Amino acid sequence: MSAVDHPAATEVLRPPPPPRGWPRERVIGYILVFLWALALVGLVAYLVSAWKPDMFWRYAPGYLSGVWVTIKLVAISVVIGALLSVPIAYGRMSRNPIIASFAYAYVYFFRGTPLLAQAFLVYYGFGSFRPQLDAIGLWSFFRDAFNCALFAFSLNTAAYQAEILRGAIQSVPKGQWEGAESLGLPRLLTLRKIIFPQALIVALRPYGNELILMVKGSAIVAIITVYDLMGVTRLTYSRTFDFQAYLWAAIIYLLIVETLRHAVDWVEERITRHLRR
Amino acid sequence: MQSVWTLLSWGPEGWLDEIAYGVFITVSLALATLPLGLLIGFLIAVAKQSQERSLKLAADIYTTIFRGLPELLTLFLVFYGAQIGIQQVVRVFNPTASVEVNSFVSGMIALGVVFSSYASEVFLSAFRAIPRGQYEGGYAIGLSKFQTMRLVVLPQLVRIALPGLANLWLILLKDTSLVSAIGLTDILRQAGVAARVTKQAFLFFGFATLIYLALAILSSIGIGLIERHVGKQELQR
Repeated sequence: MSAVDHPAATEVLRPPPPPRGWPRERVIGYILVFLWALALVGLVAYLVSAWKPDMFWRYAPGYLSGVWVTIKLVAISVVIGALLSVPIAYGRMSRNPIIASFAYAYVYFFRGTPLLAQAFLVYYGFGSFRPQLDAIGLWSFFRDAFNCALFAFSLNTAAYQAEILRGAIQSVPKGQWEGAESLGLPRLLTLRKIIFPQALIVALRPYGNELILMVKGSAIVAIITVYDLMGVTRLTYSRTFDFQAYLWAAIIYLLIVETLRHAVDWVEERITRHLRR
Repeated sequence: MQSVWTLLSWGPEGWLDEIAYGVFITVSLALATLPLGLLIGFLIAVAKQSQERSLKLAADIYTTIFRGLPELLTLFLVFYGAQIGIQQVVRVFNPTASVEVNSFVSGMIALGVVFSSYASEVFLSAFRAIPRGQYEGGYAIGLSKFQTMRLVVLPQLVRIALPGLANLWLILLKDTSLVSAIGLTDILRQAGVAARVTKQAFLFFGFATLIYLALAILSSIGIGLIERHVGKQELQR
């Protein structure tokens, strides 16, 4: 587009019509879409040609239980994280410098270090304290890799969710608090009836993203010998050396993530109906 | 039992030199991934805000796939997939050849692809923050499309995208820990080796975690400096 072919100033300015023919962008776009289509066809063709019924029946139940472990892990740790995030978010907003800095350190630690390192620290590291853990009867809990993953994930997501919660609560204008106070509402009631419903709208998308990040992040538990979807996939691959093990896992993960993403979109659409014009 | 300070010292007794090598690998992997991810991410963002629908579609498929897959799975797909793919090509010429794919390069590609699909969103929202008039002004003084992009849009784009990209850099730094699963001797793998040999798992994994934390803090300081520098440039205009 150059300066010459702009419409004359006296005319009504309209957006330029979409270019016709075959400009360079369209050629590149068509080639790329064609390549994606080719990749999809190739994937389907490969999966069809590599289809072995006996292998499917041997490993499909494993995949199902893997999906279940993934869902269980994510669901439980997100719920525990949500509960833990409330006092942490409260601490982050506290005016007491000791509480505030403690909450800040917690959040900074869990957001600044890899989830994998945290999982290793719990799974392998806590073994160093076996006598102490034995003494308080917690060793049987931390001996199981799933519990260790659950523990690390809950603490990790609590830090992220605390930040989401804090951001959402602080995004509600101060006047809402003041208005409730002038009506004589107690603080807790204000929080529940006035601040939370407004904060939820802001928080929904970040919460959805956090949920998706947890589903994706949960794949790392395969490294600490939990048989979630990724763990089952690795096991299947190590037994069969068949690459389709990973491709099926990719398809399942994509399905889960896309479902969650659309569910979040749908909920957001629902709860912002009153804001639509 | 050796003391903690001996274990964390430099030299044959301690493990500090091994872990320092791990830090070197981690940091160089992250630094090598960054330009790759930024470049692809920028191109994807350009494709996404283009008026050509096929280009947009192709870019959307890319981000949907690589933001939906777990990073670890992407890494395995690249690592094993490339190995099998290249092996099959090589076998055409030499039936007995066996191919070993470099885990550093695999890590770079996988992390770069993931980084780019997130970076494209950051760039895209930065693109939307730049008014149309900036492009039109560029065309009006006779700059070509490419020149407008390079001289007018890009300098503003970088400034708007910087906080988002800084965030992605911190995520990238953490994601490099995944390459320990394909055998690259990064911080976490070296710590794991040390933990297995010395049976001091908490010490070494805790130490590794603290190194990641230190890297994050250092990055934050560096990002702060860059942001201040860019802010000064803004004031001079």
